[in-house]
Amino acid sequence: MRRSWVCAVLCAGMLLAVSCRQDVIVWPSESEKAGEAVSGPIAGFYLLNEGNMGSNKCTLDFYDYASATYTRNVYGNANPDVVKELGDVGNDLQVYGSRLWAVINCSNKVEVMDAGTARRLGQIEIPNCRYLAFDGPYAYVTSYAGPVQIDDNYKQRGYVARIDTATLQVVDTCLVGYQPDGIAILDGYAYIANSGGYMVNNYERTVSVVDLATMSEVRRIPVAVNLHLAVADRFGQLWVSSRGDYYDAPASLYWIDRPGSLAAVNELRSPAGNHVAASAMALCGDSLYIVGSEFSYVTYETVMTFGIVNVRTHELVCQNFITDGTDSKIRKPYSVAVNPDNGQIMVADARDYVNPGRLYCFSPDGVRLWDVRTGDIPAHFAFVRRR
Amino acid sequence: MRVLCLLMYVIALPFPAFAQERDSVAMSSDMGEITVYGRQRDEIVPSQRLGGERLEALRTHSVADALRYFSGVQIKDYGGVGGLKTVDVRSMGTNHMGVFYDGIQLGNAQNGLVDLGRFSMENIEEIALYNGQKAQIFQPARDFGTSGSVYIRTRRPQFEEGKNFNIRAVLRGGSFGMISPVIVWEQKWSRRVSSTVSADYTGADGKYSFRYRRVLPSGTVAWDTTAVRQNGDLRSFRIEGAVFGNTDDGTWNVKVYYYDSNRGIPGAVVNNVWRFAQRQWDRNLFVQGSWIKHVSRRYKFQLSGKYANDWMRYLNPDATTMLMDNRFRQNEAYFSMANNIELLPRWELNVSADYQFNSLNANLANFAYPRRHTLLLAFATQYQLGRFRAMASVLGTNVWDKTMVAQVNGRDALSRWTPAVYVSYNPIKDNTDLSLRFFYKKIFRLPTFNDLYYTEVGSINLKPENTQQLDVGLIYQHDWRRGVFRHLEFKADGYYNKVDNKIIAVPKGSGQYRWMMMNVGKVRILGVETTAQTVMRWRRDWSLVLCANYTYQSAQDRTDASDNDPYYGTYGGQIAYIPWHSGSATGNLRWRQLGLNYAFVYVGERYHSSSNIRENYEQPWYTHDLSVSYTLYGKRGVRAMKWFRSMMFTLECNNVFDQQYDVVPNYPMPGRNWKGVIRVEL
Repeated sequence: MRRSWVCAVLCAGMLLAVSCRQDVIVWPSESEKAGEAVSGPIAGFYLLNEGNMGSNKCTLDFYDYASATYTRNVYGNANPDVVKELGDVGNDLQVYGSRLWAVINCSNKVEVMDAGTARRLGQIEIPNCRYLAFDGPYAYVTSYAGPVQIDDNYKQRGYVARIDTATLQVVDTCLVGYQPDGIAILDGYAYIANSGGYMVNNYERTVSVVDLATMSEVRRIPVAVNLHLAVADRFGQLWVSSRGDYYDAPASLYWIDRPGSLAAVNELRSPAGNHVAASAMALCGDSLYIVGSEFSYVTYETVMTFGIVNVRTHELVCQNFITDGTDSKIRKPYSVAVNPDNGQIMVADARDYVNPGRLYCFSPDGVRLWDVRTGDIPAHFAFVRRR
Repeated sequence: MRVLCLLMYVIALPFPAFAQERDSVAMSSDMGEITVYGRQRDEIVPSQRLGGERLEALRTHSVADALRYFSGVQIKDYGGVGGLKTVDVRSMGTNHMGVFYDGIQLGNAQNGLVDLGRFSMENIEEIALYNGQKAQIFQPARDFGTSGSVYIRTRRPQFEEGKNFNIRAVLRGGSFGMISPVIVWEQKWSRRVSSTVSADYTGADGKYSFRYRRVLPSGTVAWDTTAVRQNGDLRSFRIEGAVFGNTDDGTWNVKVYYYDSNRGIPGAVVNNVWRFAQRQWDRNLFVQGSWIKHVSRRYKFQLSGKYANDWMRYLNPDATTMLMDNRFRQNEAYFSMANNIELLPRWELNVSADYQFNSLNANLANFAYPRRHTLLLAFATQYQLGRFRAMASVLGTNVWDKTMVAQVNGRDALSRWTPAVYVSYNPIKDNTDLSLRFFYKKIFRLPTFNDLYYTEVGSINLKPENTQQLDVGLIYQHDWRRGVFRHLEFKADGYYNKVDNKIIAVPKGSGQYRWMMMNVGKVRILGVETTAQTVMRWRRDWSLVLCANYTYQSAQDRTDASDNDPYYGTYGGQIAYIPWHSGSATGNLRWRQLGLNYAFVYVGERYHSSSNIRENYEQPWYTHDLSVSYTLYGKRGVRAMKWFRSMMFTLECNNVFDQQYDVVPNYPMPGRNWKGVIRVEL
């Protein structure tokens, strides 16, 4: 019968087309060759991929210099039994001693791992945690989630948590400004870049100075709106970046001379007198490498920066450290790191935030050596020394 | 004669085509159901419809759930009773869908999304899906303005001989702590005027357990966790009233609708986060009416109007993330006039003009307070030549945006004409069983207020997002008066859609998560849809309705030609959340007063981003739903059974095999769940 024939064909077609659910396998890691093997005191580096908010796709990658292999998702491989993997939105990564510390912003935790194996050692619960710095036996983590002030305008203080690196417990906290981000430590003081990022039109403008002896905020240094990163150099200077307010105030970069006492704030300008936008900074010797991109409502174009600042002379000595034209392939420069041993420069491209990013490795003179696919939003680097 | 036909369509179709006898058995209602599958002769290209028995079997679901049974429809479901569900037809994007409630479009100028959970299935008589537009010409200009449309038609009152009221009371309850009473009162005031009032309340704690499980490549369990979904509670109240009238030369109706809800927003379940606190309140009010008058044999018009006021509050009281307490208020005013002229006996012309005003206020910093004026003008014509029928329309859209603040300008005025052509042909002489069809439509969606003006994210330079659709299809259907098979229908369509200037959030600014909206996306969609449906009846009191559909879609991202790696590149990759294969099957078996319903939905493998790599892979999911119902009819002679007309008991089990799945990653869907319904009609 014609109709049953039609039915049969349709049913068979559907059955052929469909496939069934299977058990979901823990994300295995994947390795690929990238570049040439390099020997030296640096064994490799970790790269923390932030992952888009709500995606739970924060992943950890590792590059091994000896074998010149790039391995994606080493955390999943080392810790297959952790429920819901590394977490949601990685925000900072550092190696301290033999341990690797990762700040996972939307999972409200700091993950502590073995720096050699990425095996999980423990976690510290800190809501809305942002950035990390170390001093002696303590780790210091900034958090947005301080007390809320009952006010017409939204105001929520942030704080710095002091973590005992031996016990992985929060032992003390200190209130700072609104939505504190970057943190740097110089001579017994922690300097925290307050953003006020939740208070559009009322952004913070200050760096909080916290005396680590008493764990109290002693001073505020006014700098510029919506501060982001803080880096301390060997001359006792503090480099602070501002994101601007996305309208009138552009993103810009400042250095603070002797922040403990004199605190003279100076803006770094390009030789042509322009503001310098820094999405990420990496200090290597006296060179501060910066990458940034800024969208202009005037030209409707994004201007990218790949610059080097001499921290001694306070000059933007190079406006594009990429010399072979690879910068035209980079869509969204999101992070930078420099291998302190061989001077190779890593630039992470976050591309469109929702698809895999890309990591570019350049020779010290700015020629592309290799590039590789990363996880989503590659953002934070940490080098591991050979043991 | 033609006018009469159309008149019949406009007036008669809204009424169920059957009248139920008080003392009859189930058969009498069965007899009428076939009309639901019957031909809508005034539509050049038929729609997909859900009504009658199949809709009856889905009464306990939401409108969005019911839409899963249409081919070409993808639902993005965040899970739970009050969870967000968005509808995407033929992969063109959620914002391209128009949802029409009793003939007038439901708007949301803020984000273009219409919450389909706001409507009670109890009050709905039919849901129809049209690709392109409703292929008839006598309609408001706005009906020509979407890439796809869903028409929801509410139940119109109808009364038995000698009866001037109907009351229907329904109580639903089940899993998720859900309880929902509904009451519908229909009254006949005179031969020409009747009214209906319906009210319902839904309360649910929204809790359900879900399970995530991962295994090692060796097959041993890596981790396995079960938790309870939190913060998915819902309290909602809806009341709706309508008055319907007939005159000698037309019809009119007026409708008032109010909805009030308070719900938790269950967030993404990620590492170390299992609890959520976000809440949303909605208050929606609208008043709408329309009047159709046949002025002469050759001229008729339709006037329609609407006023809508929507209030929404979003609260994030969680001090570990940004505290937020945002309120939004939207206003919409709408007026339309459609004029239909019969130029020659088989040639009709329609001219429609619509005006619409939208505004949005919010308590956000730097908010632009946008106002939008839209003027639409549509010309449409329909002509029949032998076995050919053709319809062509052209829609003119003029939009002016203004803002209430000096710093932000409104988007530049827009003026644009867009065409659509529909053709159908019956290849067999004197037989309408087989019909071939074709349509082409070019249309666009305007950027929403959020796209344009949302503080920091919006961009006023956005262009409209364009779609072009090309469709070729055939339909075969046949009805028999005798035998087991009473109706058989087979539909197949192939289509090619282009989406250009797709509005996508792209990274912006220095560092951090900064997004802005840009017209960068391009999508090319090639698809095939097939539907088969049959109605069987045997031994006088058995009936079976079977329906199956299957959809194949290749929806390729053509945005960035440089991102073309064959494995991980986004260029040519299947776009997010669109499965290559999807389908559904339903069966409704009835024997006397007993009904058994089965529904199967399948969504094949897909990726959650255009980079089709292993990390972005999403497993297929499929659910089986079963329900049993028993209807008791009142009897005049029996004392205990004479006070009601009918009483129906339904027990439903959804996701029978307890599949644990996500439609959107990290938003777990409910496993097996139960529902019971008692429906009494007086």
